[in-house]
Amino acid sequence: MDLRNFTFLVYGYSAAMLVIFGYVTLLVLRSRRIDRELTRLKSLVEDKN
Amino acid sequence: MRDKVILSLAALGTLLMVWNFNTIFLHLPDEAQQGAIYRIIFIHVPAAIGAYTFYSVAVLSSVMFLVKKNFKYDSLAVACVEVGQVFTLVNLVTGSIWGRIIWGIWWTWDMRLTTQLICFLLYLGYLLLRPSVTEPTQRATMSAILAIFAFADIPIVVMAIRLKNVRTQHPQPVLETGGLDPSFWPPLLISFIAVLLIGCALVMLRLHQETSRREIDYLRREVHAL
Repeated sequence: MDLRNFTFLVYGYSAAMLVIFGYVTLLVLRSRRIDRELTRLKSLVEDKN
Repeated sequence: MRDKVILSLAALGTLLMVWNFNTIFLHLPDEAQQGAIYRIIFIHVPAAIGAYTFYSVAVLSSVMFLVKKNFKYDSLAVACVEVGQVFTLVNLVTGSIWGRIIWGIWWTWDMRLTTQLICFLLYLGYLLLRPSVTEPTQRATMSAILAIFAFADIPIVVMAIRLKNVRTQHPQPVLETGGLDPSFWPPLLISFIAVLLIGCALVMLRLHQETSRREIDYLRREVHAL
């Protein structure tokens, strides 16, 4: 492989992976927050009933 | 069951992408004029096509919501727009890095790049609009209208390098004009399939979150009523 511009090629693929994995991390964190809130509200409704 | 499908899609997409990297980096020949950097096409183009595919699903869902008033379509639309945004960002960032080497600049305000940036900003507006409207039906209706309006930009992005009287910095189309070396097609198609599989897994995950959010809204109302 011609190593000309190889550094920028690595930057390109790294940036793409970073965007995708960043979004996956965001989704996982959001999922946990939503699950916590759902559990809290369900127990609150049960307590009030 | 749903979790297994999401995991399977994500794992298959990731495996395909990693296997494809082997072909892209170790087996494909260098391009005569661009050297190694041309390999960025294998993420830049599939990301754009993937984004347009998800935006297309989003606009169809938005139309379906306006017709049927079923919130499932609104959830699907927002999930597709969010995943489409991720792939549009990948397209813009990789394009900018590619441009830095080939053109010597990170960005230029030519028609293709500008309309793609506008597309990203329009759908970003869609995502920013949603939390600002609290009433669910109003939020879904406004979002659906904005999604349809924003989609009008996509044909302009596609046509930007095909119009005769427009001079662009971006290269002319190579996919349908035979300008792409035949050995580049298999990795390009595999990359596109991998992007679609990963995208579908992300959409399903996001869709589940949206369903849970609706349940949270319902439970909150119930808590207040008790």
